[in-house]
Amino acid sequence: MTEQNPTGLRADELIRLSAAQLAEKLAAGEVTSVQATQAYLDRIAQVDGGERGVNAFLHVNAEEALAVAAEVDAIRAAGGAEAEALHVLAGVPIAVKDLIVTIGQPTTAGSKILEGWHSPYDATVVERLRAAKMPILGKTNLDEFAMGSSTEHSAYGPTRNPWDLDRIPGGSGGGSAAAVAAFEAPLALGTDTGGSIRQPGAVTGTVGVKPTYGSISRYGAIAMASSLDQIGPVTRTVLDSALLHQVIGGHDPRDSTSLPEPLADLVAAARTGNVEGLRIGIIKELHGEGYQAGVENRFNDALELLKEAGAEIVEVSCPNFQYALGAYYLIMPSEASSNLAKFDGVRYGLRVLPEDGPMTIERVMGATRAAGFGDEVKRRIILGTYALSAGYYDAYYGSAQKVRTLVQRDFDAAFTVADVLISPTAPTTAFRLGEKLDDPLAMYLNDVATIPANLAGVPGLSLPGGLADEDGLPVGIQLLAPAREDARLYRVGAVLESLLEAKWGGPLLAQAPDLAASAPLETQEAK
Amino acid sequence: MAAINRDDVAHLARLAHIEMSAEELDRMAGELAVIVDSVKSVSEAAGDDVPATSHPIPLSNVFREDVVGHTFTAEQALSGAPDSDDNRFKVPAILDEA
Repeated sequence: MTEQNPTGLRADELIRLSAAQLAEKLAAGEVTSVQATQAYLDRIAQVDGGERGVNAFLHVNAEEALAVAAEVDAIRAAGGAEAEALHVLAGVPIAVKDLIVTIGQPTTAGSKILEGWHSPYDATVVERLRAAKMPILGKTNLDEFAMGSSTEHSAYGPTRNPWDLDRIPGGSGGGSAAAVAAFEAPLALGTDTGGSIRQPGAVTGTVGVKPTYGSISRYGAIAMASSLDQIGPVTRTVLDSALLHQVIGGHDPRDSTSLPEPLADLVAAARTGNVEGLRIGIIKELHGEGYQAGVENRFNDALELLKEAGAEIVEVSCPNFQYALGAYYLIMPSEASSNLAKFDGVRYGLRVLPEDGPMTIERVMGATRAAGFGDEVKRRIILGTYALSAGYYDAYYGSAQKVRTLVQRDFDAAFTVADVLISPTAPTTAFRLGEKLDDPLAMYLNDVATIPANLAGVPGLSLPGGLADEDGLPVGIQLLAPAREDARLYRVGAVLESLLEAKWGGPLLAQAPDLAASAPLETQEAK
Repeated sequence: MAAINRDDVAHLARLAHIEMSAEELDRMAGELAVIVDSVKSVSEAAGDDVPATSHPIPLSNVFREDVVGHTFTAEQALSGAPDSDDNRFKVPAILDEA
């Protein structure tokens, strides 16, 4: 930990650099990718394992990550055209949510049904990380098949929130958010079906982006609800999200929902540096009643700062958002019940034989899915099967699809008077592990502010808004923009971030407790 | 709209090929009844004149070039299979006649 590189940065300082800062130091030859990658692997070994570890990682990919890092270092050292052609994030390590398939590492989707499974192909986003020569540190924990808001539904144990190890890191992408918040990775990939990138970002004090539907290929992301799922960046700064978004984005012929046209320059948008004259709309239905006081206070602070910076704050109403949660909990399980039918105990993953009686395929499937799926997955499959069954289809699935149209119309109307919309990302700060586990409906309510964006396909970004007065835990601010206008999120997000950091005297994560100090020594060997 | 009961859940579990114990059926029926009740309002939200949206960003006629692309070898395709034989997936009996 005390070994110094040419800049004199200690490992614990190195891991706290943003990805953009690290990329600059790598390009300038002040730090090597092997040093940075090793520093992150050491951090994972130090804080992730053991009884009170963060448990952000399901698999650590040390050997391959270091080999990629060494390759980047060798190219840089040799100089010339190949070094010139290196991607700006070459050598910057990244963690990948374990819903995204990777050659050479297991992919479990947080489920027992895929325990030990290795994908024979890479997701498109993973191919793009490899093409940019970004070392992949490992696979991060999640609610089983991304179904949950707390990461407690993982078959491999919950991830802990680095701000308070007795609290949830959000979900489903709690592993990616916690890894980034605990300085176990500078960057991570997440997936967001109803808030699974943004809500973990909110409760861990990190940045998470759900891009416009179709702007990042879903090829190789194990599908939950195909018309809602979207891969996106999980980072510590808005600029880092823009940089990562540009690595993984763009058209992919292997995803038929992939948008053919590219988005505007997101990194340039993050560097715009002003919001003067922009109209920012407060969504009447997404704050106030039902939102924790400390969340509401930080939200109001953010509005004040944006106003001072020259933005015009307007109020908009989206009356159909009251039906969004209900529509989501019909559409999502319907699509999930269909997508998860492929886990049949024949082509991949677990096969469990019934204890007695005839060994027919039907009975093997029933036994395999009973043993392989957890409670939340079973609930959603049953709910989806119900919503799609004859006699109920029109009333449930059909109605939910109409609500989707109404939610889109609300967004369309709001975006005629506002350039960007703003709300708290989640109604509360991180709740305690176990607190909502026996009450699925209470858990679902956590996604009330994030779901409308998925239904309408519009992009959303969550960034840290400060700490709630009553519990000292991070609060997230959500920005929403029209479809294909992701650049606006980065422009406003980066300005708000810099105003807030000026107020705090540095990044919010600098105020997080020191995990290394509390890590038990014997567990440091374990992982 | 009808409430969901234990018999419904048992039927749905059979359709979805998930074996469930009696205890699981009891618990699941209770939980699902609460969830179904909470989403009821959705069916009253939109009138008949509102079209359904199945996809957030409409795209139509998405085709690819008709060329041979990458395909898995039999070995790759079978690499995760719980059972295989002679380059094929091995499936349990379809009918109970053995």
